[in-house]
Parts: sequence; C-alpha cells; structure tokens
Amino acid sequence: MLKIGKLPIVILAVFIIIFPWIARLIPAIANYTDIMVFAGIYCLITIGLSLLMGYAGQISVGHAAFYGIGAYVSAILTARFGLNPWGCMFVGILVSAGIALLVGAPSLKLRGHYLAMATLAFGIIIYIVFNQETQWTGGPDGMAGIPGLSIFGFDLDSVEKYFYLVWGFVLAAFIFSVNVVQSGAGRALRAIHSSESAASAMGVNVSKFKVMVFVYSAVLASLAGSLYAHYMNFVNPATFDLFFSIKLLIMLALGGMYTLWGAVIGAGIFTFLSYEWLHYFKEFEVFVYGAILLVVVIFLPQGLAGVPGMIKGWLGRPKSNE
Amino acid sequence: MNDTGNENVLEVDGVVMAFGGLMALFKPNFKVKKGIIKAIVGPNGAGKTTLFNVITGFFHPTAGTVRFKGQPISGLKAHEIAHRGISRTFQTVELFGNMSVLENIMLGCHTRVRTSFVAAGFCLPGARRKEAQIQERAMKILKFIGLSEKCNDPAGSLPLGEQKILEIGRALASEPELVCLDEPAAGLNETETYVASSLIRAINAKGITVLLVEHNMKVVMNISDEIVVLNYGQKIAEGPPEEIRNNPKVIEAYLGGGV
Amino acid sequence: METITLGGQLFQYLITGITVGSIYAMVAVGFNIIYNVTEIINFAQGEFVMLGGLMMVFCHAGMGLPLIMAFPLTVILVTLVGMLMDRLAIRPIRQPTVLSLIIATIAVSILLKGAAMFIWGKDPFDLPAFSGRNPIMFFGAVIQPQYFWVIGFLILIVIALTFFFDRTILGKAMSACADNPDAASLVGINVKRMIMLAFALSAAIGAVAGIVVTPISLMEYDRGAMLAVKGFGAAVLGGLGSFPGAVMGGLILGAIESLGAGLISSGYKDAFALIVLLVVLFFKPSGIFGDIEISRIKRF
Repeated sequence: MLKIGKLPIVILAVFIIIFPWIARLIPAIANYTDIMVFAGIYCLITIGLSLLMGYAGQISVGHAAFYGIGAYVSAILTARFGLNPWGCMFVGILVSAGIALLVGAPSLKLRGHYLAMATLAFGIIIYIVFNQETQWTGGPDGMAGIPGLSIFGFDLDSVEKYFYLVWGFVLAAFIFSVNVVQSGAGRALRAIHSSESAASAMGVNVSKFKVMVFVYSAVLASLAGSLYAHYMNFVNPATFDLFFSIKLLIMLALGGMYTLWGAVIGAGIFTFLSYEWLHYFKEFEVFVYGAILLVVVIFLPQGLAGVPGMIKGWLGRPKSNE
Repeated sequence: MNDTGNENVLEVDGVVMAFGGLMALFKPNFKVKKGIIKAIVGPNGAGKTTLFNVITGFFHPTAGTVRFKGQPISGLKAHEIAHRGISRTFQTVELFGNMSVLENIMLGCHTRVRTSFVAAGFCLPGARRKEAQIQERAMKILKFIGLSEKCNDPAGSLPLGEQKILEIGRALASEPELVCLDEPAAGLNETETYVASSLIRAINAKGITVLLVEHNMKVVMNISDEIVVLNYGQKIAEGPPEEIRNNPKVIEAYLGGGV
Repeated sequence: METITLGGQLFQYLITGITVGSIYAMVAVGFNIIYNVTEIINFAQGEFVMLGGLMMVFCHAGMGLPLIMAFPLTVILVTLVGMLMDRLAIRPIRQPTVLSLIIATIAVSILLKGAAMFIWGKDPFDLPAFSGRNPIMFFGAVIQPQYFWVIGFLILIVIALTFFFDRTILGKAMSACADNPDAASLVGINVKRMIMLAFALSAAIGAVAGIVVTPISLMEYDRGAMLAVKGFGAAVLGGLGSFPGAVMGGLILGAIESLGAGLISSGYKDAFALIVLLVVLFFKPSGIFGDIEISRIKRF
C-alpha cells in the first residue's frame, strides 16, 4: 500500500532536467519555467506538510509563518548585513526549527480543532510581527535589495538556473521524505495518526515524534522561504499571511495529503492555477479557491492522487464483494 | 529480591487511583510471579481496566507504587514502560487501521530497533538491513499466531476474532516479559475464544508472564494459574481457580451485584 | 477643556474593550451553539458577522430600506446563508473526520469572503449609527451611543438564548442533541434538523453582531477571519461550550485587547487576543469555566 516506486522518481528527475529546454522551444509556454520555480518552492513546503498532516495526522493552519521566517531571516541577514546567503539560509533553518520546537511542543499536545486554532493564531502573530517591526523588516512596504544566489562563484542569475536549484532541493527533500515514510519512523508516524494510545503502548514516544515531524516541516518551509527571497530579491509581509497558510491546505487537499506525490501534484496544479489560469479572473480568485477546497473535501477526500484508487474501487465493485 | 525461579515480575503495592471524588482503585495489592498466567476478574466497574491503565502507564496512581522486576514504574510514561518490557492489548481493539496486518506487527517491534527520523531519511547503511530484519521477525510472529496468509491485508478488514489475535501478536513483537491482555475473549464466539485461549497458553509456554482481565469465566478458569478478584476497586480474593470458585465473598460479589 | 486623567483613560479603554468584547462574545456564543450540537468548530463564524454588516449596508444604503426594516431582513438573509452552509458544506461530507470538517468550514469561510469581495469589493463600508453620533461623557470617557446598542444587543441575545434553551421545547431538544445525539434521536428528535437550526441561530447572532458594530468600526470583506479567531479565543477562555463562559471570555478578551493596545502597543493590538488564546490553549484548554473531564470526553 505504501510502496513509493523508484521509477516515478526517476521520471520526475528526467522531467525536471528537460523541462526548461522544452519550455524554451515553445513560445506559448516560455514563462512556465518561472511558474515552475514557484511550484517547486511550494512543493518544498507541501512535502513537509504532507508528512505532518497526511502521515502523522496533525494539522497546521499557520505554516506561512515558517515560510516567512526563512524568507525574512535570509533577507535581513543578506541585504542588511551582507552575510553569505547560504549561511543565512542555514541560520533561517535553525531559527525556524527553534521556533517550531518552542511552539510545537505545547501545541501538539492539543488535538483537532484546538491544534488548528493554535497554529492559526501563531501564524497570524508572526505575520503581525513582520508588519510591525519595520526597523528590521521594512514593514508593510517590504524589503528590497536581497541578493541572488551563487554556488562557488557560479551566479544563479537566470530563471532556468534557479529552476534547477529549486527542483534539485525538491528532489532531495522528496527522496528524504520517501525514505522516512518507508522506514520504522514513518510507520511510527502512521501509527500515531491511527491510535496514539496503541502507539504509546508499543513504545512510540508520541510527543517526540510529533514535534520532530513538525520541526521537519518547518525546516522545509524555511528553506522554501529563503529560496523565495533570493529569487524575488524582495519580500513583504502580505506574502506570508493567513491566506497563504490556507492556500497550502488547498494544495494538499487538491493533490491528496495522504501521499507525498499528492503534495507535489497539489502544489504544481495550484501554482499554475494561481499564476496562469486564474490570472484573468482576479475578482473570482478567492471564491474559486473556496469552491475548489469545498468540492475536494466533499467529493475527493483523498485528493487527485487518490483518483486511481477510487477508479479501481468502482471497477472492482460489481465483480466481487470483499 | 526473592528466591530464584519464583521472582515476582510485577508488584502492585498500595495503589490508589482517585478521579476527583471517585475512588476507582483502593490498594488492590497483589504480586505476579514470573512465568504464570494471572487473571484479574470482577463485576463491571470494579476497576480492572483502570488497574491495567495504571500498570501500563496510561494513568499515574494517586498513591502507591507499581514495581516491575523490582523497579518502580508508576511514574513512567506509557512508551517508557513498553521499553522496559511490558506490552498490552486494549479492551476495544486498537489496531492501526491505516496499515496492513504485517505493518501492525512491525510497529510492535518499535522498541527493539532504533528508529531515528534523520537516520531513516538519509537511508544510512544498515537502515535497510534493519527493516528486512524487522519484516522477518514480524512474519515469524504472524506464522506463530496463524495469520501469515493475510499479511498484506488492511488490518481493519479482518474479522473481530482475528483482529484480537493480531493485537496479541503485535504485543508479542516487542519481546516483552509481561503481557497485559485486556479482555482478549470479549465479543468472540466459541471457536474464536478457543483460538485465543490456545494462543495465550502458547505465549505462556514460551516463558512470557501473562496478566489478563477477562469476563469470560470459562476461559479464566481454564487457563489461569492464579486469579485476583476485584470489587469496587478493592481486592476481595486471590488464589488458584479452585479456591476462587468456592469463595463465598466472590460469589456474593457477582450474584449480589448482578453477573 | 477637561484634563484626561489616567483613570479616565483607563476607563475609556475599558469601555471600548467591553464594547468590542461584546462582539467577540457574540461570535463566541455562535461558536458554542454549533459546537454544543455537533462538536464542530465553525471557522466561518466570523464571515457571518462580516455578511451581517455588508448585507445591512446593501439593504439600507443600496436598496434604501429604513434601518428598522433592513435589520431583520439582513438577519434573515444571513441566517439563510448559515443554513445553506450546513446543507451544502457540512452534511454532504460522507466520512466526517476532524480534519475534513475543519477544512470544510475553512473552505466555506474563504468562499464567503471571496463572494463578498466579488460583490462589494475591498473597500470598507459604513452604516449610520442607530441613535446618532453625539458622544456621551461619562466619568472622563467619551462613549459613542452605538456602544450601548452593542452591549444592549449582547444582553438581549443572552436573555433570549437562555429563555430558548431552558423554556422552549425546541431549545431543550437542541440541548438534548448536544448532550447525547444518539439518545436524542431515539426519542424522536430530528438531529439533522437540530444541526441546521444550530447553524441558523449562529448565523443570526453573527449577523446581529455585524450590524451593530459596523457603525463603530466599519465593515469590509476580509474582517471575518480575525473575528473568528478572537471569538474562538473568547469561547475557549470561558470554556468551550459554556454560554456564560463565552460572555465572560469575550468581555475579558476585549478588555485585554483594548488595554494592551492603549497602554503597550497599538500596532500589536490584534496580537494580544491571539496571545491570550495561545496561553489558554497551552495551559488550561478547558478555560475558566470549563470542566477538564468534559473536555476530555468530547469526541474530538
């Protein structure tokens, strides 16, 4: 049930390698590489959230906060202090991990609605901080002048180069997460999702695992935020508001939060929706997102990734009663 | 400790469990010798499952101690107690419905392997070998309990009798010294009950001490070496089955309170 | 000119706090009604408030109806929205897990927000105050007459609800559903209808809150989320499920927010209520009036 095959990963890797080349050849989709950069950045976040929500069964309606913390730490340390971007990215990860530990430990003792509200409140508080601490963050007007990234002197100054960087991270995070899911640790997470009491009785340190997966998801979100900051060379608080946390939920619900592939599919489709297809329907955008989320949660609880399973179920039913 | 060969694996000493004004347990003191099957019985509401929850770390007693192999465990968390060597099943089956039969047993092996999140992610050498070992152990247990053909079925798809067997199998996976079974025969028909009892005897034959809560008196009388009778959170009798069968206080507790 | 004493200033903050706290209390009451009957936390609760304000603007300024007619019409319209929410968003969920219900109510909240944005745009709207805007001087504090309308409606709602749940058959039926839905359906209570009634009542109360607060703080399409979180904070502070708790929680939360904004930092105004929420959730999730045992037994 859980075997995530190596073949699809290889196909994904190949797709990543040839995509920018294809996009350059077809003028109609020339800007898709840029959109795919964002898709990749969002994938990093959704992969972590998928482990937290789909596998471990927890909820976070505040992950925009970690995305923002990564972005702002990178922004402030590189733009204002001129420090090395990669080091700052690492610092951002440490800060996010630390805050995730601090907030996660008490929050994850809560269940269901309480946990959702706690993470929601936390996300909004961080957003308010971004807006208020103008001295550090530039306030609502944002912060510009964030340098780009370079590897050993090789400047990542084109969309395509950044595309490879981001999707390289996505691939690495995906493989790491697949390894976790297929290991004893992944089993422990799924056990926690199913029955915390039974998991405890079998020796699983439930709170430790919950906090660990929460920190992991925060680390990935922070990494995504730093990559975003260096790509846009500009950040402002509006990017990291409650609505973004909800968009993450939409990505997961749409793609299917119970599998890692769902996280990737959801992030991909949503990014194209918001940057490309809904671009001309700005007034409807919010309404459409709400409608999509509602339709998915009612009719497609396993998301798009669950469709093959659903079809198998329909096809199998008239033949046998199991 | 005590004379060799008859050490007490478990001691319940002066345990009091109060929930607000309600006194659920009041010093039902008893000891469990190593290698026996001991049953806890009593009318509904006598505090049997509460006692189990105290022993396995789900409740912390208001007063008193529980000792496992001489060491106090009553302040420890449930997962820590599992690591010490006590395993349990639940009154209403708590299998992991989102996993297969095999995976449920494999989770039971959790205490026997170091499952580090980070090491798993990097797929460090030895991680894959450990997984294979766990799978092998789990398959052995499945064979022992007779469910190896259904190893890949979702755990929730099994009939109740097999679910209870599976839960016992999962409790075995951690190689415990003491297994606490909470109503292993509840809801089972004649055949299923027979299978469950045989399994419990087979487990005990391997040297594992068994403590069980059970309402089915036939099963209790059949397989237990010793019985403890609780009523209103207190111990009213303790001894081998023949003694308990004829104990007037026990008879009164059951008939008086309605069986 | 009168000198503004510290006492006067504090009193001002307190009055403002109680007024805005009354709104939070009304949202909290709405949460509790739905929670008691279904154990669902309705993330869209704040949107009912928003819709109440904006629809009132539409009925009064847009259609030209006098306030006294627009008020009940708005309440009815928003109540219908609440009932639609139950029928179209909650009931269709086949396997209601905590997560799917949370997502469903979040979905409805952004759906309503999106609809409001489409219909009314992003600008804030105003309503005339019910009894004028001549401020009343009271112990050094300047009080808008509309404040009294807000507090007054809270009192009215509390009295009406108490009467409803204690004295009417329908109300008692709803309480029965809250206590034990299986037993309630066994004695012939239509649980589905009670759930719809719960949503209807919550929407109505939310609408009233939105209507009375708009003359004070205007209303725009995206006010819902913050109101919902703070209303939830009030509900949890007072003990989720308890009506007196909701009122106390709302007033206390409003006072803390107002005093915090006035004395510590106005930029962080919204954060105060959120911090209180986190503190309550971390240290005493059952709230001031809540019962720990009850909060453990509840299904979710």
